[in-house]
Amino acid sequence: MATQLEDQRIIEFDVRTDEMLINMGPQHPSTHGVLRLLLRTDGEVVYEVTPHIGYLHRCAEKIGENLAGAQWVPYTDRMDYLAGMNMNLGMSLAFEKLVGLEVPEKAMNVRLIIAELGRIASHLVGMGAYGLDLGSFSPFLYAFREREIVLDLFEEACGARLTYSYLTIGGATHDLPGMIEIPPGLASLTGRDPKMKLLWTDAVLMFIEWLEDRIKEYHILLTRNAIFINRTAGLGAMSAEMATDYGCTGPVLRGSGVDYDLRRDGEEIYTRMYEGYDFNVISAPFEGESGIPRQVVLGDNWCRFFVRMLEIVESIKLLRQGIEKYPHTEGEHRVPFKMNTKLPVDEVYLETECPRGQMGFYLVGDGQAEPLRARAKSSCFCNLSVTGPLCEGVLLADVPSIVGSLDIVMGEIDR
Amino acid sequence: MTPQEIFDALTEKFGSDSIVALNSETIDPWIEVAAESIADVCSFLKTEDKYKFEMLANLTGVDYLETDPKLAKKFPYEPHLEVVYHLLSISLKHRVTLKVVLPRWKDNEEGKLPEVPSVAGVWGIADWHEREAFDLVGINFLGHPNPLRILCPDDWEGHPLRKDYEFPLEYHGVRAK
Repeated sequence: MATQLEDQRIIEFDVRTDEMLINMGPQHPSTHGVLRLLLRTDGEVVYEVTPHIGYLHRCAEKIGENLAGAQWVPYTDRMDYLAGMNMNLGMSLAFEKLVGLEVPEKAMNVRLIIAELGRIASHLVGMGAYGLDLGSFSPFLYAFREREIVLDLFEEACGARLTYSYLTIGGATHDLPGMIEIPPGLASLTGRDPKMKLLWTDAVLMFIEWLEDRIKEYHILLTRNAIFINRTAGLGAMSAEMATDYGCTGPVLRGSGVDYDLRRDGEEIYTRMYEGYDFNVISAPFEGESGIPRQVVLGDNWCRFFVRMLEIVESIKLLRQGIEKYPHTEGEHRVPFKMNTKLPVDEVYLETECPRGQMGFYLVGDGQAEPLRARAKSSCFCNLSVTGPLCEGVLLADVPSIVGSLDIVMGEIDR
Repeated sequence: MTPQEIFDALTEKFGSDSIVALNSETIDPWIEVAAESIADVCSFLKTEDKYKFEMLANLTGVDYLETDPKLAKKFPYEPHLEVVYHLLSISLKHRVTLKVVLPRWKDNEEGKLPEVPSVAGVWGIADWHEREAFDLVGINFLGHPNPLRILCPDDWEGHPLRKDYEFPLEYHGVRAK
């Protein structure tokens, strides 16, 4: 409705805001590739968010039912493609639980080192991509530079950069490498001679030492950045009850103040790997941490982000202890597990703490080498389901901020 | 809490008609619950202070059928469907597995999906998990607030994780096989 004023200026007093249905994604960068969000908006305010998934659906479970355990390992790489190693580990442990296989101490040590490196790489991408969602490009660039070194180290260990299939049923396919040439990225960033040769474990130590300094930079770039705080703090706040009700796990759950981590509280077959290691479980409200912005509310986007940042530091701590232990561990890096081993008529469910949350594998054996049912319960699937209730009544521009804070990987959701 | 203790308490509360059996021979012991009382049992396990299963860690369906006639002779199960509920208590740090055993088809009439009450009113996440189980295994969840397919397109035919599922030759004119 326009009113004509005396001086003939036309002022719109009433801007008509019809309810609109807006499709966000699937190709929008902040919807992480293949997620379509259907938004019901009134002006700038979003009233309803409906996530639509399934664009990637690659039938990993159906394929798993037609393959023997060891053949399914490469498919788990492709589920959570940013933390393939952790997915390999979860699946292998589930099969080991089903057939009652015990891995030697050395294999557990190798697994711990590799899994924690994978966690660092995944959280780095989570951090960088979240910065990108909020419109800051530099953290993304830096995070990928750091992750590149982890990928270089993984490449030395198993020859692949993304699809590792390294941790497998019974242990790891190879022992950790011995002397290697320093990865080019690490050499240039730390100013070493690129022709230098060193032990793989020393390269890891060199990397984490350097990374520890960089983390302070990320805190300046993002965590303590006024724009970042304004766009994350107090937004998307989720109570602990809501988080458990929607099955949220991992940093999303711990960001809401629930102190639960399967590395400490999980099943014995998994926690055995972490026995005797000293590390903390990070959960909001971050006791002993200084400089938390006053706008922060328990369980908001900022908390979820901060849990990931602090978990990198804990993983560095675990890596130091693991590498110190490595030369003294006993046994082989693998116990043999034949491809055609018949699975017992039994069933298991095992969850492990992947970077994004609790990834569960449910296997039913029926006397064949192929499982009757190979179910992968993904952590992001549950984390994403909370998007709808979290986004009620927020501004349109805050939807990417909330979705990004859940750190979703569509490959894992759609499997 | 051991599964035996939970089983005893549940039998006392709901009677042996609702709580059918406890299987403790397996690696993860499970309690079989009659289909019609699953929502009540879940709601009881979630709210009671002694159990506090605040989280539904996993819900899935399994199709027990062997389509290969040679292997079917050695198949250790009678053909049926199962819905599996993995519950997790974060505050008390314990787990339990519940199961509902269903026929493959309702009233043995091929094409009619078996039915089980929805637990979406107990845990929020059950909404999505049940949609996935409906989509892929073909189980109707009675009282589900939003019973739509989740991973497959809305007009997809059949339930891909059924063992006798046949892949379509084409989908909207696109060759699929």
